[in-house]
Amino acid sequence: MTVPLSYYLVLSGIVFLTGVVGVLLRRNIIIILLSVELMLNATNINFVAFSRYFHDVAGQVFVFFALTVAAAEVAVGLAIIIALYRAKSTINIDELQLLKW
Amino acid sequence: MELAFFIYFAAVIAATSVMVVAVRNPIYSAIALLIMFFHVAGLYVTLHAEFLAAVQVIVYAGAILVLYLFVVMLLNLRQDDRYHRQWPMAAAVGATLVIEAVILTVMKGWTTPVVAAGTETTVEGTSNAGAIGDVLYSTYLFPFEVASLILLVAMIGAILLAKKDIVEVNSEG
Repeated sequence: MTVPLSYYLVLSGIVFLTGVVGVLLRRNIIIILLSVELMLNATNINFVAFSRYFHDVAGQVFVFFALTVAAAEVAVGLAIIIALYRAKSTINIDELQLLKW
Repeated sequence: MELAFFIYFAAVIAATSVMVVAVRNPIYSAIALLIMFFHVAGLYVTLHAEFLAAVQVIVYAGAILVLYLFVVMLLNLRQDDRYHRQWPMAAAVGATLVIEAVILTVMKGWTTPVVAAGTETTVEGTSNAGAIGDVLYSTYLFPFEVASLILLVAMIGAILLAKKDIVEVNSEG
């Protein structure tokens, strides 16, 4: 492995940070879900890099499970968005303040 | 050689992930995410995780992103999306994370951890997919079954959430 592990960690840190900023900054709820996908992918890169480095397949198995959870999250999240759009006819989170104190 | 591939993949991944957040049109965001998924799959190939690279392309690019594009086109959004008003908080959180990363890097240095050999899930001598299957169906059999349950629950939940109330429609019509 000629590429040091720290390079992969820095890359996944950058991608994760981008996802966090996207969740906090954007107002379109679809972009927020896409940013969550960015964060999940950042952790997956981490898992695979460590799995390669330690010669241990467990990391890749965990990526497999993370993928399953991501698929479930997308299905339920998009269903919620569709239900929300049907009820409120907006997906701008500034106008969705039903649970705001 | 491996470093050159890594630099290419990392540069494209970082650039497209910034594009996902920065671009105004949700369709362009989804397309940028598609490019990013393919390059992450390429990164997996350079890390000798061929099975995960294939799964990444099939599940993420093939299923998840198509679902996103479908919903974006279904909702037919207007272009009034601006940045959130809580950007000072976002900047504070981001700056904190960056500072933490810098401090950790400086304190720990750039030394790499020692390689752990001979752990329980170490499989050598088979293909990547074979090794994953070997571990998945022995050590991680119970989480595997739980994952199938999660998928079933998500499927039922998505159908229930997105369907119209049939009784209500019938009484109206």
